[in-house]
Amino acid sequence: MDKPNDNWKIWEVFIRSKNGLSHKHVGSLHAPDADMAIKNARDVYTRRSEGISIWVVPSEAVTASSPDEKEPLFTPADDKVYRHPTFYEIPAEIGHM
Amino acid sequence: MGEVQLEKRFQDYLDGENKIEPKDWMPDAYRKTLIRQISQHAHSEVVGMLPEANWITRAPSLRRKVALLAKVQDEAGHGLYLYSAAETLGIDRSELVGDLLSGKAKYSSIFNYPTVSWADMGAIGWLVDGAAIANQVMLCRTSYGPYARAMVRICKEESFHQRQGYEIMLSLANGTAEQKQMAQDALNRWWWPSLMMFGPTDDLSPNSAQSMKWKIKRKSNDELRQEFIDKTVPQAEFLGLTVPDKDLKWNEEKQGYDYGEIDWEEFYNVVKGNGPCNKQRLSDRVKAHEEGAWVREAANAYAAKEAKRKADKVQAA
Repeated sequence: MDKPNDNWKIWEVFIRSKNGLSHKHVGSLHAPDADMAIKNARDVYTRRSEGISIWVVPSEAVTASSPDEKEPLFTPADDKVYRHPTFYEIPAEIGHM
Repeated sequence: MGEVQLEKRFQDYLDGENKIEPKDWMPDAYRKTLIRQISQHAHSEVVGMLPEANWITRAPSLRRKVALLAKVQDEAGHGLYLYSAAETLGIDRSELVGDLLSGKAKYSSIFNYPTVSWADMGAIGWLVDGAAIANQVMLCRTSYGPYARAMVRICKEESFHQRQGYEIMLSLANGTAEQKQMAQDALNRWWWPSLMMFGPTDDLSPNSAQSMKWKIKRKSNDELRQEFIDKTVPQAEFLGLTVPDKDLKWNEEKQGYDYGEIDWEEFYNVVKGNGPCNKQRLSDRVKAHEEGAWVREAANAYAAKEAKRKADKVQAA
């Protein structure tokens, strides 16, 4: 059996559903280059008007934080309640602030 | 942390209704089960195009034809979403496709039945997609994030598949006596294989318990089958068609239908490769893959040419 698409990179696909919203990750696909990745993404991820703009990024270009680092990276924010507006007491007569 | 502790932490995490994402630690068996299940699911979408492709050129109207084309195109897309989800587990798509083409991998047995009349397009959309949707709605809550997200997309798109099928059945059932008979004949042939799609009964489904514990599956085979029957029987009655099961009877106490014995011998026979179309489906799939080779080669040649053109431009500048 031939395996001619073995060298096709995986691309991560991001779609902007409408202007005013950011591009959002929707999935991935294979393509031989960026142009064809866009064309494939159009066929695979926007068959029902889901988007008006597509980004494709080679998966290998994504650097991700490791799940093992979850604690040191993200727990320091958990006890900093003073970063949230509800930490501060404002008299009711002031109204919304 | 030792393997036993990791597994306990993993299970606690799942029990808290949390999702597992690609880079998270997971037991090897969880990864393997998912790769097998997601790839079989992907293969089913891909092979599932074949029985319908048979009827695209013979659809009775342009309206039916564009709908069927769109449905088959969706199935190709669904196969791709699922292969992508499987790849997040560290397997290569070409390996999965290779396993399908060599006959090593399994796909849903339902696609090994022939589509002999136009009414089969109605019955497949209504019953086969209906059964698939029951399973897939459950899988929207599966514990592996990329699989669950693919399922959400697929479910959104598939509801049209079932509705277009039921509409075909409705037209035939309200047509001439001969057309109504076509619809009845399709229901007769697809009813039991559709019930088999949910897999063996719970007591004979050895992998189910572990999959339920890992929250890959959220409902048992028999539960899903019962739900499907309860939902579908009234739809058949509305069509004025008869479900081909003389033991089918409403059970007031369980608020569901009792149904007759499923022919499991037939089921295992088709799974083993002896169904009416197993050989044809596989050879059609291999043929399609081989005949598509020039498209892949052309895409490679185009990419290489574009890359060279860009490089030359940079050099000239």
